[in-house]
Amino acid sequence: MPAGLIGRKLGMTRVFGDDGTVVPVSVIQATPNSVTRLRTPERDGYAALQVGAGSARRVSKPVAGQFKELAKDLQKPAAVREFRVDTLDGYEVGQALDVSLFEPGDLVDVTGFSKGHGFTGTVARHNFQRGPKTHGSDNYRKPGSIGAGTTPGRVFKGTRMGGHMGDERVTVKKLKVVRVDAERNLILVRGAVPGARNGLLLVQKAK
Amino acid sequence: MDAIKELEREQLRSDVPKIAPGDTVRVSVKVVEGNRERIQVFEGTVMRMRGGGLNQQITVRRIASGVGVERTFMVHAPRIEKIEVVRHGVARRAQLYFLRDRVGKSATLRERR
Repeated sequence: MPAGLIGRKLGMTRVFGDDGTVVPVSVIQATPNSVTRLRTPERDGYAALQVGAGSARRVSKPVAGQFKELAKDLQKPAAVREFRVDTLDGYEVGQALDVSLFEPGDLVDVTGFSKGHGFTGTVARHNFQRGPKTHGSDNYRKPGSIGAGTTPGRVFKGTRMGGHMGDERVTVKKLKVVRVDAERNLILVRGAVPGARNGLLLVQKAK
Repeated sequence: MDAIKELEREQLRSDVPKIAPGDTVRVSVKVVEGNRERIQVFEGTVMRMRGGGLNQQITVRRIASGVGVERTFMVHAPRIEKIEVVRHGVARRAQLYFLRDRVGKSATLRERR
């Protein structure tokens, strides 16, 4: 499995296909990432690349300590993630990874954090039906019954209720790469990807 | 956001005339039939315009063999060979849905000069 990239969601637009179809695309910007460390089976028990992207103005001392042996411009990555690989052959610390990792037609998995919705009721969170709006109803968006009476005398675990929605790690699988723009470090992927604009995304080849 | 605007700008056509609701336009569309490609012409009144930039759409209405036909085109789609404005009509509103209830002469708009 080849490595992935850390990118940023720019937003969505549409692209015209050769056959006249309109393709909805998400635009992901991935300024060249760099390999910051190799995870080897011998030392770490698994093979992976630790990849850094962007540059932060300040990083904490513990973070800085991990990267102090790297080239100057790699010492303050804004985001660091690991990608599992089958083999570490051909990868070395300091190596740059860019959007040329992907080609149009590839299928990719895109991981990000979904938009946070705060505390939401059952109607929004679990697609429950709402009550009637009129005819004397006071049950507009209430959850309704959450269980039986004396037997069992309790609410079952796992009963769906209101609560926090969103801001979870979400992976959208098998999105088709429509276009790769190496000049501007853009990947255009068919369909929607998780999160808000400017959200951090991980793009990997689909398994 | 800027990269998206750039992507959209690159796809814009430069040969789109200025169109307004009420205009009569002739739209030439490339149609694929089997493995043959030909150009189909659709002429009618612009009934409404939606969206802007790359997403601009026009809905064109015409009466074809006694039946009203409306087709919506993406103005910047590469499938569109060309759009010509045949006549500028006077329209006092943006959406000319009232044309649907009219036939014959009452469905024509005064020409703008």
